[in-house]
Amino acid sequence: MTHTLKSHYDVIVIGAGPGGLAAAIEAKKHGADDVLLIDRDLELGGILLQCIHNGFGVETFKEDLPGPSYAQRFVNEAQTIGIEYLLDTIVLEVTPDRRVYTTGARTGFKELSAKAMVFSMGCRERTRAQIRIPGPRPAGVFTAGTAQRWVNVEGYMPGSRFVVLGSGDIGMIMARRLTFEGAKVERVLEVMPYLSGLSRNYVQCLLDFDIPLQLQHTVKRIIGKNRVEAVEAVAVDDQWQFIPGTEELIPCDTLLLSVGLIPENELSQKAGVALDPVTAGPYVDDGFLTSVPGIFAAGNVVHVYDLVDWVTQAGRTAGKRAAMVVTGCCNPEPAYVPTRAGDNVRYVVPQRLDPETLTQEPIMLQMRVTRPLEQSVTVQVTDGDTLIAKKAERYARPGEMVSLTLKGKDYDAVRKAKELKVSVVPK
Amino acid sequence: MPQPYDIIIIGAGIVGAMIARTLARYDVRILWLEKASDIGVGATAANSALIHAGHDAVPGSLKAEMNVKANPLWDQLSEELHFAFQRTGAYVVAIGPEEFAKLEQLLDRARQNGVPAEILSGEVMRQREPQINPAVSGALHIPTGGIVDPWGATVAAAENAVLNGVELRLNTEFLDFIWEGEKASGRVDESKIQNPKSKIVGIHTSAGDFYARWVINAAGLFADEVMHKAGVRPEFKITPRRGEYFVMDRNQLQLNNVLFPVPTAVSKGILVTMTLHGNTLVGPNAENIEDKTDVDVTPQGMAETWAGGLKLVPGLKQRDIIAIFAGLRPAGNAPCANPAVDYAHDFIIEIPAEVAGFVNLGGMESPALTAAPAIAARVVELLQGAGEELREKAAWNPLRQDRPVFRHLTREEQAALVAQDPRYGRVICRCETVTEGEIVAEIHAPIPATTYDAIKRRTWLGTGRCLGGFDMPRVVEILARELGKNPLEISKKGPGSEFLFRQTKEAAL
Ligand SMILES: Cc1cc2nc3c(=O)[nH]c(=O)nc-3n(C[C@H](O)[C@H](O)[C@H](O)COP(=O)(O)OP(=O)(O)OC[C@H]3O[C@@H](n4cnc5c(N)ncnc54)[C@H](O)[C@@H]3O)c2cc1C
Ligand SMILES: Cc1cc2nc3c(=O)[nH]c(=O)nc-3n(C[C@H](O)[C@H](O)[C@H](O)COP(=O)(O)OP(=O)(O)OC[C@H]3O[C@@H](n4cnc5c(N)ncnc54)[C@H](O)[C@@H]3O)c2cc1C
Repeated sequence: MTHTLKSHYDVIVIGAGPGGLAAAIEAKKHGADDVLLIDRDLELGGILLQCIHNGFGVETFKEDLPGPSYAQRFVNEAQTIGIEYLLDTIVLEVTPDRRVYTTGARTGFKELSAKAMVFSMGCRERTRAQIRIPGPRPAGVFTAGTAQRWVNVEGYMPGSRFVVLGSGDIGMIMARRLTFEGAKVERVLEVMPYLSGLSRNYVQCLLDFDIPLQLQHTVKRIIGKNRVEAVEAVAVDDQWQFIPGTEELIPCDTLLLSVGLIPENELSQKAGVALDPVTAGPYVDDGFLTSVPGIFAAGNVVHVYDLVDWVTQAGRTAGKRAAMVVTGCCNPEPAYVPTRAGDNVRYVVPQRLDPETLTQEPIMLQMRVTRPLEQSVTVQVTDGDTLIAKKAERYARPGEMVSLTLKGKDYDAVRKAKELKVSVVPK
Repeated sequence: MPQPYDIIIIGAGIVGAMIARTLARYDVRILWLEKASDIGVGATAANSALIHAGHDAVPGSLKAEMNVKANPLWDQLSEELHFAFQRTGAYVVAIGPEEFAKLEQLLDRARQNGVPAEILSGEVMRQREPQINPAVSGALHIPTGGIVDPWGATVAAAENAVLNGVELRLNTEFLDFIWEGEKASGRVDESKIQNPKSKIVGIHTSAGDFYARWVINAAGLFADEVMHKAGVRPEFKITPRRGEYFVMDRNQLQLNNVLFPVPTAVSKGILVTMTLHGNTLVGPNAENIEDKTDVDVTPQGMAETWAGGLKLVPGLKQRDIIAIFAGLRPAGNAPCANPAVDYAHDFIIEIPAEVAGFVNLGGMESPALTAAPAIAARVVELLQGAGEELREKAAWNPLRQDRPVFRHLTREEQAALVAQDPRYGRVICRCETVTEGEIVAEIHAPIPATTYDAIKRRTWLGTGRCLGGFDMPRVVEILARELGKNPLEISKKGPGSEFLFRQTKEAAL
């Protein structure tokens, strides 16, 4: 794999999760000869390696697979078609002209370069500091993903009695996993009046295991100097203010945080990639090209996905477009048509469409809604006045990505539009 | 009775460390005790990290004297011991016309203390710090102020002390004094001595008895309790005064100055300051509390601190906060030794007349970090004054070897280091780029880092945006491997703070 490592590549992909794997494979298939995949972990697969639960691949393979099995299919393909990779190797820096500095205990320190790059570094978890939980700083306050790594990869239990703060997917999945492992999960607390993860995870991970979920509740204080001894839970009103008199002391030794994910864009920033303050990921076009020529981004690094299948799809598009840069194409300064978040939409990805590259291939507009609508809704795109496309959904929830696919028949209207306004409104 | 020491030092904060380092120069046997599992975990672990110029200390106080004497010592110290220090200068920023009027008084005080300072216009201040509150009306510029890595300084001084022969014992708590004539049973044989509490000859600790001709009290927040056991200054009381802080993401906020507000009666106020790690620090507020171990962050404290930060830099954003913490100032109530100076919170640095064999320090609140090297020098003078000869050792080495810090190296240096030792190629903390090589070096350093927090303070790992979420499992694994322990035994900060409870069902099979 790494024996004949070159210093120049057609395409270098950073991050070997589902986004990066799909991008590398697709770049190779579309004419990029030398493709290198780099990951700091010891194996290919990204975050999927620690997601040993089922629920992956229902769209892509019409099968319900555990994370590592889903990843393995792409790993096999990548190896078959001859993609090179560097593992246990971190990318320290990417310059705007695509020089790449890496270091690894086994791979040494390297300077590489590429004609095109795909960033697929995934995301990181929000921490205690970001939500400013009062109290001392004992051991036993972990993010759910850290606990997941400990349990599923290292084989250790980071506690015996848990409270989970936040109803994100990882927190709910971990609540079930820890229960399987004989731990007691006292409660899941969620500050919002609705779930922040997928409804299916609520049913399969909490309801089925009698783990109580309390909406509009949070942790007022952590107790315990060396190790967590309890948390003080409290109800909050619509303005997130504590409601006096509702405090409750819950004895526990661990507080797990599942309070959101943030795209991991330190490298992107150094490379000069412009970031969208709403998603915290790069502004991308329909080919997942960022603001820096030759640098693409796909997966959780762009915005946080709930289903791996859409990550794979984004990776494929980015990889294919990266190959097109290598083989020579593309107007360097497209006259973009921007997308804009309209009614009840927090953001839309991609943030802009290149009218010249619109082909017969469908383009999926991905969005998150601002507030939940528990009724039939219309997802619609207009050019400001006239409807371009729409679809119906049974409901819209902030915890679940909403999408609308534009097809060839819509493209004439898209090309003429000054901007595309996307909204999700009651039917 | 075991071979007695010449000197025992109680407490391994910055003050104890500077004393140990300074005394290690002399031909004396020194035992240095710390009750925690690591050095530098008290007030020294959570403060503003400023080397104060001495501009606002009360003129004529011991604090002012020690501060002003110590300030110029830091350049040489940081060169000899290799820790991060930068003479940045500092600004006291006036917002609005009323505060501007106060700058004159501050300038006057600085002059009385012999500290160079100048008043700048609001316009100049806006140029020097574009992120400052546009309502800035002026500022006092104090060019000799600086910033330091307080943990780095403590570890460096301590390590140098240990390499020069000081015996450091962690996890060893001072419990009481042993008096001359006291029998091994701990009871005083009154018949043998005239004054039962006249001469200290040793101490009882949680790890046994130790004897020495001198005992130095550098116990920080607990200095009052130590001196009371010696029968000294029964009226002296330390009140923990808590200060809360925010650490900001350096990728989102770059601020290149040390900004004080115009001070209040009780404290220097809530600062917005650059640090040597590149992060901006906002804090501290000041709240007197009871419990000397209560480093909770609180909703009120956070709100007050944030408001204080916004006053100086209105553009601060809550989403850029990456860490919150609190520290306790060991605020004392000792009047200034000079009766002409009306000041009731001075440092104590003395050999009390009523007890022999005791060097007593107390009230080591700000600016004791800054003042520590001068305090250490004063301790030497006191001992010499009491007849200690303190001969210099021929073998004394003032220098401490630097250890590589991967992120501070150029790309070429990084490549060379990785080629030489591949462990420096494996990045364990992704946000702060701390490598396995650095972690292993700290675990096997002259003062070994044996807990997660000890490694964190030394390498700055786990302090970035993800707060250790990524590195924690990896550091636990490295600690276990290097210390030959089971991962279940690895703790955050000593016994009772272990991370892991047991293996999972599959792993246990
Ligand atoms: C805990 C969890 C549970 C989930 N459960 C489900 C589910 O049940 N069903 C489902 O469909 N989806 C699920 N998802 C969502 C989906 O799996 C993720 O969205 C998807 O794995 C993201 O893929 P990615 O390639 O963008 O990022 P990742 O898989 O996170 O991969 C990013 C990779 O980049 C590497 N990297 C980052 N920075 C660097 C650097 N500087 N140098 C080298 N390498 C670097 C990382 O090591 C990592 O391997 C879950 C996600 C999580 C986090
Ligand atoms: C919020 C805040 C901001 C500050 N900002 C600054 C600043 O910017 N600049 C500045 O110069 N100063 C500052 N200070 C002050 C400075 O941090 C302290 O003055 C300094 O760290 C005191 O050091 P120390 O060694 O005396 O105490 P500590 O660091 O508390 O060390 C005392 C040690 O003694 C040990 N100990 C106690 N009792 C026993 C016992 N019985 N047996 C064994 N060991 C014992 C403790 O565990 C501890 O490690 C600040 C302080 C705070 C809290």
